[in-house]
Amino acid sequence: MQTSDLIRILPEIILAVAGIVVMLLGAFQKQNAGRMHPAIALLGLLGAAGAIAYQYPWRSLDPAFGGMLELDAFSAFFHILFFLVAALVVLSSSEYVAQERLASGEYHALLLFATMGMGLMASSNDLIMIFIGLEISSLASYILVGFRRGVATSSESSLKYFLLGSFATAFLLYGIALMFGATGATNLTEIHLALQAEQNTVTAMASPQLTPLVGPVPTALVGLSIALLFVGFAFKVSAVPFQIWTPDVYQGAPTPVTAFLSTGSKAAAFAVFLRVFMVALEGSAQDWVWLLWVSGLLSMVLGNLAALLQTNIKRMLAYSSIAHAGYILVAFTAHSEEGVAAVMFYLAAYALMNIGAFAVVSHFGNRGERYVEMEHYAGLGYRAPLLAASMTVFLLSLIGIPLTGGFFGKFYIFRAALHADLVWLTVLGVLNSAIAAYYYLRVIVFMYMHPAAEQIPVERVRPAMGFVLIFSMAATFLLGIFPQAVLDFASQAAALLLENLGNGVL
Amino acid sequence: MYQALFFLFAASAVGFAINLLIQRHPIHSALSLIGVMGSLASLYLMLGAEFLAVVQVIVYAGAVMVLFVFVIMLLNADKEEPSDRSKMAKYLGLPLLFLLLAMITVVIYRQFPEDAMVQFGDFPGQTAAIGRLLFRDFLLPFEVISILILIAIIGAIVLAKKEP
Repeated sequence: MQTSDLIRILPEIILAVAGIVVMLLGAFQKQNAGRMHPAIALLGLLGAAGAIAYQYPWRSLDPAFGGMLELDAFSAFFHILFFLVAALVVLSSSEYVAQERLASGEYHALLLFATMGMGLMASSNDLIMIFIGLEISSLASYILVGFRRGVATSSESSLKYFLLGSFATAFLLYGIALMFGATGATNLTEIHLALQAEQNTVTAMASPQLTPLVGPVPTALVGLSIALLFVGFAFKVSAVPFQIWTPDVYQGAPTPVTAFLSTGSKAAAFAVFLRVFMVALEGSAQDWVWLLWVSGLLSMVLGNLAALLQTNIKRMLAYSSIAHAGYILVAFTAHSEEGVAAVMFYLAAYALMNIGAFAVVSHFGNRGERYVEMEHYAGLGYRAPLLAASMTVFLLSLIGIPLTGGFFGKFYIFRAALHADLVWLTVLGVLNSAIAAYYYLRVIVFMYMHPAAEQIPVERVRPAMGFVLIFSMAATFLLGIFPQAVLDFASQAAALLLENLGNGVL
Repeated sequence: MYQALFFLFAASAVGFAINLLIQRHPIHSALSLIGVMGSLASLYLMLGAEFLAVVQVIVYAGAVMVLFVFVIMLLNADKEEPSDRSKMAKYLGLPLLFLLLAMITVVIYRQFPEDAMVQFGDFPGQTAAIGRLLFRDFLLPFEVISILILIAIIGAIVLAKKEP
């Protein structure tokens, strides 16, 4: 271990230290500690972002910790996205944490630890490290989901998420074990080389007892391992048929946590999904592309159709999040450089608009999340014009209306799919986004064209929440009008991720 | 000799696992779990993974099981009443599970010729090698796991402490 190794994980170290400080603060300072927590969390996130910026340009030529971590442009892109998401969630939840009397220190500490786990996921280049990063972020989310202890649905969704999540993790772990059995490596680059040369790397372990295993890579075992890895990752990104948990968990979780899960966790899961499948398994793409094809299509159809029937806004957004996982899988199915860039762009655009939408839902929800039904939104267009207007922007972006980030996200996805000759998937995807327009527009119709049956109280917007709304709205428009900068960054990262493989260098 | 022992322990692991599922009382299930752990430890030992076998006994059969039994005792858990099981799980779940297991078995069996399969008992002790791997090549994962444990501790406290 050298200093350069430590600098590579400096962002994670900063986050971990900030998390521990936030956690310990409550033990030593009883009064007014709650006010300090968000500030320290934000400082930690800022410091971690600084540590990422310090390592520019992100062209990892010497991977840290013997190839465990890669801080390339791909991982830098996701790190920045996670820090942004976490910061927006911290800002938008300050009101919520106070009003629901959640344990503020633990809440912010877990949020920071989860972000740290997601950062590790994005930069790890080894299946063992990926597994541990995934577990750190998942375990923290299981607890965050159950944070409203007095509410039965919150505990229920936490338990459901935990049980199903552990089950999915077991599949992932079995897939990792079989991949190690087949190729003799857990490092993604080594797996890629082993699959390319069709020789497993067991010899490197220099154990004479293992000689019978040296030889060609057993392809059926690799196929089985791919299937099991797919199950694990598809669960985390909530793609059909592993989406069952999503609506219940998203509905039961505290709203800011739901925003975090549907943007940060989903992006982190897609980051490892991309890295494992595009780096390690690109050679056997013919084995997994059809899995993504089917799962992507089913996610779009099922997510959108089920969302049509929902009356609870959080539940509707949960089904919409399944559908969006489907759109992203369309670009993934293209398994090209363009496809990877489209996935990255979409995740960024989706994160910003979805955080905004959930921030509005969280604000309207009021104490105990009482007002989260569609009918409560009736007439809000006139009683809270600014909030309703920002909600409208986020929903229009979720539909994919031009001038918003959602439009270019979908545009790049379908362009990548067309360039990869996925005509049918593209056609079905476009049809699906037309169906989706119905249920998003329904909320807007409720806000502006329905008379209010019940006057729900609308609290004043605090500065922190106002900042989140303005920031996400500005970013959504910015991505919709000048998408080029972010797309260029994503394209470069994707090119770098795949180019290194072509040369066979690490 | 090894073969006979393998079948003995494998059969007892599966038997205890099934017993774990059908027992109604949590204590009986917990005791069956010890049986599963013990049988697995014996299998590891026969494969020459003596470190894994010892850890299995100390951590799982020892520490984890003690916690299980404590929790059952503190909750004063009684017989479980069968709840309404979903029809889909009953009629679709089990066959699909067996299908998956059969597929995995077939793939593994087909892929490896018999003489390439692991031979019992001819592995030398490798505890030192595990230590070297753990503290040199896999140092980062080993250290990062401490955060995972910290999260678990925070979670247990947050979810269980009294409302202020």
